Amino acid sequence: MISREPEFFPPSRNMFGRLGRSVVFSFRETGRAVVLLVMAILAMRHMFKKRSRTEIVVQMFVFGIKSLGVITVVAIFTGMILALQTGLALRQFNQEVNIGTAVMVSMLREMGPFMTGLILAACVGSAIAAQIGTMVVSEEIAALEIMSIDPVRYLVMPRLVAMLIMTPMLAFYMCIMGVIGGGLVGQTQLGVSWDAYIDNATRFAEVKDLVVGMFKAFLFGGIITVVACHQGFATTQGAVGVGFATRKAVIVSFLLILVVGYFVTRIFYV
Amino acid sequence: MTMKDNTDSMVRFEKVKKVFAGKAVLDGMDFDIRRGETFVIVGPSGTGKSVTLKHMVRLLTPDQGDVYVGKDCMNEATGSRLAVLRERFGYLFQGGALLAWLTVGENIALPLREKTTLTEAEIQKRVHATLEMVEMAGDYDKRPSDISGGMCKRAGLARAIVTEPEIILYDEPTSGLDPVTSRTIDALIARLKEELGVTSVVVTHDLHSALSIGSRIAMLHGGRVAETSTPVEFVKSKNEEVQSFLKSQFITEAGQWERDAR
Ligand SMILES: Nc1ncnc2c1ncn2[C@@H]1O[C@H](COP(=O)(O)OP(=O)(O)OP(=O)(O)O)[C@@H](O)[C@H]1O
Ligand SMILES: [Mg+2]
Repeated sequence: MISREPEFFPPSRNMFGRLGRSVVFSFRETGRAVVLLVMAILAMRHMFKKRSRTEIVVQMFVFGIKSLGVITVVAIFTGMILALQTGLALRQFNQEVNIGTAVMVSMLREMGPFMTGLILAACVGSAIAAQIGTMVVSEEIAALEIMSIDPVRYLVMPRLVAMLIMTPMLAFYMCIMGVIGGGLVGQTQLGVSWDAYIDNATRFAEVKDLVVGMFKAFLFGGIITVVACHQGFATTQGAVGVGFATRKAVIVSFLLILVVGYFVTRIFYV
Repeated sequence: MTMKDNTDSMVRFEKVKKVFAGKAVLDGMDFDIRRGETFVIVGPSGTGKSVTLKHMVRLLTPDQGDVYVGKDCMNEATGSRLAVLRERFGYLFQGGALLAWLTVGENIALPLREKTTLTEAEIQKRVHATLEMVEMAGDYDKRPSDISGGMCKRAGLARAIVTEPEIILYDEPTSGLDPVTSRTIDALIARLKEELGVTSVVVTHDLHSALSIGSRIAMLHGGRVAETSTPVEFVKSKNEEVQSFLKSQFITEAGQWERDAR
């Protein structure tokens, strides 16, 4: 059952009580989020039914296409910054042409998935948390449960699938735009010709960089959705609670994206 | 789809107790709603009327005591068993609880689309017929955010009855409606009872509808049922709570209601 009974706890007496409680609660919340993830994965068996298919496509549009603008701008400027900084450093050794590799590899390995994750956490994660939180507050989730429509299948699964597909695609798009941005800077500021830049960029990048990067983005997509849905479902205290849930969803996703990002890099590149 | 059993008791509360934040909202709630009757629950704001309804479909679980639906104990039902039990219910939420991104029509069609194998044409037919019943025939394509509170409520009512459930729970069906529409809703509740033999549980502040549609009226006070009686007995009740409730709505003369009461 997704809708929860309201809970009440006596106020804790001292600092240790508060600390202990927040530790216990964060474990409990983590557990619940994992349970939600498992339920959503189990619900994926309904993925190919017509109604779910339509919903997934709608969500892909909402998440993907609507974040495209921000992602484009962020990607181009990220690429430009990377190119400029490395270019200025490399100029001392007359190695400007290597900005191609620098931009390409860092976009693919880290910046692409990472920036996409942050943007989606802020745009999509907060939207999901707010939407589900509002549904909890206005008893829409309860209404779904009474109609025996599983909120996990109806709400979480399509969003999860859409995000798992869209995040790597957007991250890939971001890499491309970043590389283009880097190229622009190379050409205009550092005197690196476009051809030399592209040649340099493609020579040293490996397929592994692409695969690992996209895998990271895939994980980030899952993290953002599950965290946001979980926080949404956990909303209490009416409209104020929706604000809390949204904020917490964004913060927790940010932290998890950083931590998970590090460990994936650690696993694949050390 | 619905499961029938032969007991006459549809919903039964046995010494149900529910505590919120140290305060017992329900405290030894006992009643028995019989098949085909319209059971009206009245009481001041915050006495736990909505909480009582939520216990019937296990949105809330009692701290103590049992809730029975037919022969089945709600407290222990989980998973698919709970789903089967819930299918017997239609529930009108106090705020309507329509999904915001669907139109009114799609909201009403939702339980049919998700839970039945009806064809799209049949679904459309039923949705339009139900909209007609709640006097919203022209509002199929409107969004919940674009209609008034009263219309949301009526759309919620339409969604609750479109699956033709055995038991319908109405949380303040007429609050926020104009008096004329209120009487239409009363008539609708009465009609569902007569034509389909639906069991209804109606939470209301509106004494007029309580007295005209109720088979029995239960007055809640202090977390339990202070008095259960037929409308005719209700207006004559000596119970203090009932008296002040009647007086507040300027019903002092019992005779008027004896004539109208069904
Ligand atoms: N989720 C909840 N968390 C905390 N307290 C709650 C919750 N739901 C209900 N209560 C408490 O239970 C009591 C009864 O609430 P309920 O909503 O059943 O009132 P009601 O009789 O339906 O009132 P109204 O006529 O205003 O709808 C209230 O005092 C309320 O504070
Ligand atoms: Mg209420």
